[in-house]
Amino acid sequence: MTATTTTDAAVRTYRDYDRPLWQRVLLTREMAIIALLLIVALIAIPTVRGFSQPITLTFLLLDVMPILLIALPMTLIIITGEIDLSVASIAGLASVLTGVMTQAGVPFELAAVLAIVAGAIGGAINGFLITVVGLPSLAVTIGTLALYRGLAVGLLGTTAITDFPEFWTDLAKARVGGSNIPVVLFLFLVLLVVFVVLLHFTPFGRGIYAIGLASEAARFSGVRVERTKFILFMLSGTISALAGIYYTLRYGSARGDNATGLELQVIAAVLLGGVSIFGGRGAIHGVIAGVLLIGVLASALRLANVTSDVINIITGVLLVLSVVTSSFLAWLRKRRRAPGGTPRVEASTAG
Amino acid sequence: MFHNKRRAGALTALAAAAALVLAGCAVDSGSGGTGGTEGGGSDNLAITFLPKNLGNPYFDTSSAGAKEAIDEFGGTFAEVGPAEATPDSQVSYINTLTQQGVGAIAVSANDPEAICDALNEARDAGVKVVTFDSDTNPECRDLFINQATAEGIAKVQIDLIADQIGDAGEIAILSASANATNQNAWIELMKKELENHPNITLVDTVYGDDDDQTSFDKTAALLQTHPNLKGIISPTTVGIAAAARYLSTSEYKGKVALTGLGTPNQMREYVEDGTVTAFALWNPADLGYLTAYAAKALIEGTITGEEGDSFEAGKLGDYEVGADGTVLLGDPYVFDADNIGDFDF
Repeated sequence: MTATTTTDAAVRTYRDYDRPLWQRVLLTREMAIIALLLIVALIAIPTVRGFSQPITLTFLLLDVMPILLIALPMTLIIITGEIDLSVASIAGLASVLTGVMTQAGVPFELAAVLAIVAGAIGGAINGFLITVVGLPSLAVTIGTLALYRGLAVGLLGTTAITDFPEFWTDLAKARVGGSNIPVVLFLFLVLLVVFVVLLHFTPFGRGIYAIGLASEAARFSGVRVERTKFILFMLSGTISALAGIYYTLRYGSARGDNATGLELQVIAAVLLGGVSIFGGRGAIHGVIAGVLLIGVLASALRLANVTSDVINIITGVLLVLSVVTSSFLAWLRKRRRAPGGTPRVEASTAG
Repeated sequence: MFHNKRRAGALTALAAAAALVLAGCAVDSGSGGTGGTEGGGSDNLAITFLPKNLGNPYFDTSSAGAKEAIDEFGGTFAEVGPAEATPDSQVSYINTLTQQGVGAIAVSANDPEAICDALNEARDAGVKVVTFDSDTNPECRDLFINQATAEGIAKVQIDLIADQIGDAGEIAILSASANATNQNAWIELMKKELENHPNITLVDTVYGDDDDQTSFDKTAALLQTHPNLKGIISPTTVGIAAAARYLSTSEYKGKVALTGLGTPNQMREYVEDGTVTAFALWNPADLGYLTAYAAKALIEGTITGEEGDSFEAGKLGDYEVGADGTVLLGDPYVFDADNIGDFDF
């Protein structure tokens, strides 16, 4: 993306270059969320009975793992200004497909791989409708949310398949040695590295931000907008299917209604993590902190015997506040800069 | 212009996400435990009830019975649960209770398999596990308190509907969720029982997901799809109340019979106005009461859940553990206009 870089360098619209390094690193929304996560954890450890047990970490990581996994591709999609609401349905469909194939005698490993391929196809259908047919992603993925969920429930009917190889169901819950780190965390870490490199250190990733900031400008700068989006939706389908298989193994049960509503938890965590719903802004470390913040809050409040309504209210208020403050700050910054000087563009976290 | 269009779409998504997060993400409260998790006999009488979901009158009643029992023997009662009856939502509560080190968990399972590992982890940590109302796989709990035998429940509902429609005509079933352990077992047995009633045809089974509005809508749809329908069986308390509410205000009132499993307080109005003639149930308060005493016996080590163990359950008398670690509450009870006034739950 040499074209993009030169344009940006000439106009200097990145807010990052006009402040010292420490400010650029520390005074970001991502850091605010990470700080909030640390504060919540540090308050919870001495005050909430049972929270400081090492087992809390295990349960917490196992609980948020599907959200963490799907949040990776979701972050990239939302940065391009699109959205994928079908992720939980793809996870449910992958769960059912794995179950149905395993029951029919296909070895579990093969069934899982085929289910992941099916997830990739599901994502590719989303991508096709959005990039080739040109429909808005919100409408397309609301449609496929219903479609894939319908297929999942239709395939398995009212039954649940619970017969999976013990090796795999144990692995989904296994911890490393005698520690409290779940083995599945390493799967996530590998994917995390892949996505961080992809988003923050490749031309493809720069293109993702460019699309989110100004799709037309990105196109004229040589970013292959359609191809990028298509790849992202396919990635999203693939990872969602993977999360669906994890979900199946963790609960030992393949059902049509597995992971229902997960898409909203993922999107909530991604937005809380500082990704702009309007596109063009966000970073993966913020998203991870967002997912963990929601998880830690729920875990601590549950242990403190806070009722479900209050936990929902706190999570909801936090999400609304985080979106409102970032919009408000952006507006303030723009206003302050408006008379004279270069008007600030909604900036990215380019590093 | 393009930007505005995108912004409108994004705002819609955001609003939907925020609303659904507030309404949906099922995260819930924990319970009061008093620590102390040594195996065998213990005096940690902190017993926490984990129903399928909160805000369900059936479980409110069973929990009231449980609280009565626990107050009698001086334990600590608590109730926690998810807002939605989804399969995986109970797992994080079980984990929380394990961390808190309660004496016993009494759970009504949303899925027989999904909560198994979490329950076994709790048992490894010294927590006793009693299932009630809806069982898990037997290897995941110490005891199951069965409200009635499935055969008895299936038979009483078929007998009631046969009686009410003159043993002939089309009937339909309005069930809970499509994966509900109890309801599916009962429906299978009802189908078997129907073989003794050759003139009755079961034309449809629909699922109201134990949600009042969904059940209400499904009832309306049933009656439109099957104009010759003579009767509806709803083997779930939420379903039968919603169906009765629909029938009582519709042209079908008195023409389409409705029976199933309901609670007297929910059904009183419809029995009095003639929408419903008779329905069946056990007493959920007694179920909670018995569950609490069973949990106590397990915690104190007087029983281990082996077949033949017997324990004392306050006002209900003595109970014996049957095969597969199951304790049977008793026979289903039929409520009608003559006796409904005697009950308040």
